[in-house]
Amino acid sequence: MPAPDRPWVTIVWDDPVNLMAYVTWVFQKLFGYSRGRAEQLMLDVHHKGKAVVSSGTRERMEHDASQLHAYGLWATVDRA
Amino acid sequence: MFQRCSGHYVATFAVDEVRVLRKVATEVVGLLTDAFDHADPVVVRLFPEVYPDDAADAAEFRQYTEGDLKTAKIDQAGAILAALPDDTGGEVRLDNEAAEAWLRALNDARLAMGVRLEIRDSTDLGAELDDAVATDPGSSRMFQLSVYAYLGYLQESLLSALID
Repeated sequence: MPAPDRPWVTIVWDDPVNLMAYVTWVFQKLFGYSRGRAEQLMLDVHHKGKAVVSSGTRERMEHDASQLHAYGLWATVDRA
Repeated sequence: MFQRCSGHYVATFAVDEVRVLRKVATEVVGLLTDAFDHADPVVVRLFPEVYPDDAADAAEFRQYTEGDLKTAKIDQAGAILAALPDDTGGEVRLDNEAAEAWLRALNDARLAMGVRLEIRDSTDLGAELDDAVATDPGSSRMFQLSVYAYLGYLQESLLSALID
């Protein structure tokens, strides 16, 4: 069961163009993640094809997805 | 090529580099303005469907966010145009805000070219370039591939200067 206060997620999908260092930097910049956590998420996207990068309310996730789109990452929103 | 220099990010560009960057940034602005077309695969990539399995929710999200996203992307491409020297070579000097706008704009340009060039995870850019040089050095694909590689190099260089 997902936590009731985090019912939605933002997912970032793998992309053949975005540079790995750039994706890591975007995760640090937008979410305030440590270098290590951001790098792990980037590697998950790269190797598994996608990763959940944030969770919370639907409005918050739509905001996160919009921000990611401004940085050129391929993000979608889904239920947790 | 970009170096951090008293709080700014500085690089020197040759006249050909300035022309290529101006052309690429102008093309991105074109795609986002006069030539904007939801059926264009580049637009599909730059404005991803946030709800791929729910057309109604996706359309509603697009209705409320697409204008702002388009403006942001036009502004970031504009940051490249604004910082370039006139049609000569010369120094580009970016503050932090401009450097971040450049990174996003270079990324948009690479995404657009990546779609047109059909870049995949398996694409070996070096091998593609060697192949293009050997078979048809004057081709448009050869030129586009070299510009794509150059933009990646530039983005990486600016990012390194920003992070270090």
